[in-house]
Amino acid sequence: MAEVSLTIDGLEITANKDMTVLEAALENSIYIPHLCHHPDLEPAGMCRLCMVEVDGKRMVISCKTQIRDGMVVRTESERINRIRKITVQLLIANHQGDCLSCNKSTTCELQCIASYLGIKEEELDLMRRSDKIRPIDTSNPFFDYDPNKCVLCGICVRTCAELQGVSAIDLAFRGFDTSISTFGAKPWVESNCESCGECIIRCPVGALMPKHQLRPSFEVRSVCPYCGCGCGMYLGVRAGRIVGVRGEIDNPSNRGSLCAKGRFGYEFVNHPQRLTEPLIKKNGEFVEASWEEALELVTEKFSQYRGEQFACIASAKCTNEENYVLQKFTRVVMGTNNIDHCARL
Amino acid sequence: MTNPISDIGGASCILAVGTNTTVAHPIVGLQVKKAVQNGAKLIVINPKEIDLCRFADIFLQNKPGTNIALLMGMMRIIVDEGLLDASFIESRCENFDDFKESLKNFDILTVEKITGVPKEDIIEAARCYATNKPASILYAMGITQHIHGTDNVMATSNLALLTGNIGMPSTGVNPLRGQNNVQGACDMGALPNVYPGYQRVDDSVVQKKFESFWFQDLPSSPGLTHTEIFDAVHDGEIKAIYLVGENPILSEANASHTEAAIAKIEFLVVQDIFLTETARLADVVLPAVTFAEKDGTFTNTERRVQRVRKAIEPVGNAKNDLWITCQIAQRMGGKGFDFSSPFEVMKEIASVTPQYKGISYDRLDKGGLQWPCVSEDHPGTPILHIERFATKSGKAKFMPLEYKPSAELPDDEYPLLLTTDRSLFHFHTSTMTGRVEGLNVLDGHEFVRINPKDAARFEVTDDQMVRVFSRRGEVEAKAKVTDVCPPGVVSMTFHFPESRTNVLTNSALDPVAKIPETKVCAVRVEGMKQ
Ligand code: SF4
Ligand code: SF4
Ligand code: FES
Repeated sequence: MAEVSLTIDGLEITANKDMTVLEAALENSIYIPHLCHHPDLEPAGMCRLCMVEVDGKRMVISCKTQIRDGMVVRTESERINRIRKITVQLLIANHQGDCLSCNKSTTCELQCIASYLGIKEEELDLMRRSDKIRPIDTSNPFFDYDPNKCVLCGICVRTCAELQGVSAIDLAFRGFDTSISTFGAKPWVESNCESCGECIIRCPVGALMPKHQLRPSFEVRSVCPYCGCGCGMYLGVRAGRIVGVRGEIDNPSNRGSLCAKGRFGYEFVNHPQRLTEPLIKKNGEFVEASWEEALELVTEKFSQYRGEQFACIASAKCTNEENYVLQKFTRVVMGTNNIDHCARL
Repeated sequence: MTNPISDIGGASCILAVGTNTTVAHPIVGLQVKKAVQNGAKLIVINPKEIDLCRFADIFLQNKPGTNIALLMGMMRIIVDEGLLDASFIESRCENFDDFKESLKNFDILTVEKITGVPKEDIIEAARCYATNKPASILYAMGITQHIHGTDNVMATSNLALLTGNIGMPSTGVNPLRGQNNVQGACDMGALPNVYPGYQRVDDSVVQKKFESFWFQDLPSSPGLTHTEIFDAVHDGEIKAIYLVGENPILSEANASHTEAAIAKIEFLVVQDIFLTETARLADVVLPAVTFAEKDGTFTNTERRVQRVRKAIEPVGNAKNDLWITCQIAQRMGGKGFDFSSPFEVMKEIASVTPQYKGISYDRLDKGGLQWPCVSEDHPGTPILHIERFATKSGKAKFMPLEYKPSAELPDDEYPLLLTTDRSLFHFHTSTMTGRVEGLNVLDGHEFVRINPKDAARFEVTDDQMVRVFSRRGEVEAKAKVTDVCPPGVVSMTFHFPESRTNVLTNSALDPVAKIPETKVCAVRVEGMKQ
């Protein structure tokens, strides 16, 4: 990994020579406004907010310019600021909805850039060109797309194509009507979208948002309960319920990615049909029982079937510790090796 | 898996056989797509035109149940054309000559005939796999759920050995395990023939060792497998079952037989989170907790042991499985069940399971560990078989193989072949996913996928309700007319209680692994009146 040195706004830094100016800056904690850049994706150069001046003359798009040894970069100039401001003013002027009621507030990139550039409300009204409010696509059961908040950075489109290999969505239509659309402009749910939610988590603004999202009061690191990939995840908890799931970026198995089941399939945990009391069948009907009563009955009955009359079916959904104890119980207490689970199914 | 998920992306060739990877293991699917983006060749072997085929360079659409012939045919080409890795075979393998001898039955014309795959494609695939290194093999239930599943698995390992594609990054033979902790349940000895760490119950030295660990005489004969257990219930030999977190009425092959067996059980205890189809038949139901309500560990398909952490309190009066089992054990006088936490159980696991010896909760807090992890300072083993194989001689053994047809093939009465599959949006018998509203919106009921030719032949139209019959039973579901299935083959998932696909499937067992042949059975499809 060859390193090169360059200066950004007078600060001398070193970075891996394969990096772009934007990457080198961000890695060294120097902020350059950007909207369409995402570290997981190929640079697109769509928003042009990341424009910088190189070697005192050229203006370049920093997310698409590779660094060189001795490069001198300025992240701002009067001209750059003017261009940036107009770009952002236009985006905000056509951005419908207010920040207070938006779930993205405080983590929104547009907010962040607007405040960095010092955009003022009165400057915006002049630029509003359309009052048309476009319909929100709420067809997917897990998330909504609000074109009125979309900044057309294309991060979702590239996520779906580059990372997921699905290409369910693209930028479509022209002019003010430009928006993200599925093939043939069908409702999202009827497209070939796999509902992985990878585009949702990368959307820099509130355009693609999970439905009924509640922010958790705390998170717990755990592992997905579904398939054998064993994706690392954070469970979002609020008032004793699971309210969301987030992929664990540092987990070497999934590196933050999750599929639809892992990301959105947590509702079963707090489902009203959960069994909450032991049940004993009496005259063909289940009757609720205390643990004491249920365990006494099980113990008494199992005692009559020690040895080869007994079998235990353990579970590939249970933990290692639980399976260990189940097999130990079967062998030590019940005196048989009749234990298996659904490995073969 | 011999190799970690993360190194699949670095392979130059990927052979995906009997795995609908993007659907059943989406995160592994992402790695495959990444490899393809980086220029890797992808070979897909599957009876159905699965999603992964969009990325494939070569797609071999073989008849269900013919993987051995196809893989052996490829190996024959590799040997005949001298594309094998002679020095690897010489230094690290044994029994090559016997194996080579068995290849003589697999000349390309015979293989073409058995598999239905054009010979040019087979040759191209063989060359592609042998010449693009490193090459990784991925497989799943499409390999194992056959009457000759064990031989299928050996065929994949023969192929990797033949080309020296093992023991290095981005190579290997990588079974993708279905359930989150199926690997761990096996590791822990929730199997009839082995104690934790695959130590055999019928090895008297091992048995002595466990008797001294557990202060108890232990039975020395291996127990019965899942399918055999239900047969034994049928025959009145097994009278009581303790069934934890499973739903065999939907998942077991030949499910009506299983259901009839369950009705005969004198005392059935089901421990689960919902009143499943099977739990309804129980004498006692014990409410257990979900993964979110307990501490413990899961071991994923790449042998990575990871911590599961309690996020919320158990709902209602539900209790964690560990507590429940220990209570039963202790009340029955069992010694060594006074664990105060899963942490203590892991300590005992580490003391009796060589592969887990170096694993502890303290270490897992810093991140997962891939077993074998044989001491406290062992870093874990991302890649298996780097220097030696886990055999007595340290060498890998080539296995001579022969092709055997599936147990039940289409005939006049049941002219179609049914193979089972899964949906991206559901999991197993959908005990959990079926209770997530959004997943039901995305995929709400069973479909019988059928080729347009067969649809025309059996007068079935898209979206029509059909009845599917096999020798064992019948189910109803909607038809989906699609050329994803080749003529002669229909497919169904088994996620939906309304359409119990496993009523149809065949419980004929692989003689070694005792896996039922859920991937192949003969059926008939009839349209129902609208
Ligand atoms: S949810 Fe996934 S598949 Fe669907 S559009 Fe977004 S990235 Fe693509
Ligand atoms: S998130 Fe999806 S791919 Fe990952 S473990 Fe869960 S089910 Fe498997
Ligand atoms: S971040 Fe560089 S053009 Fe958008």
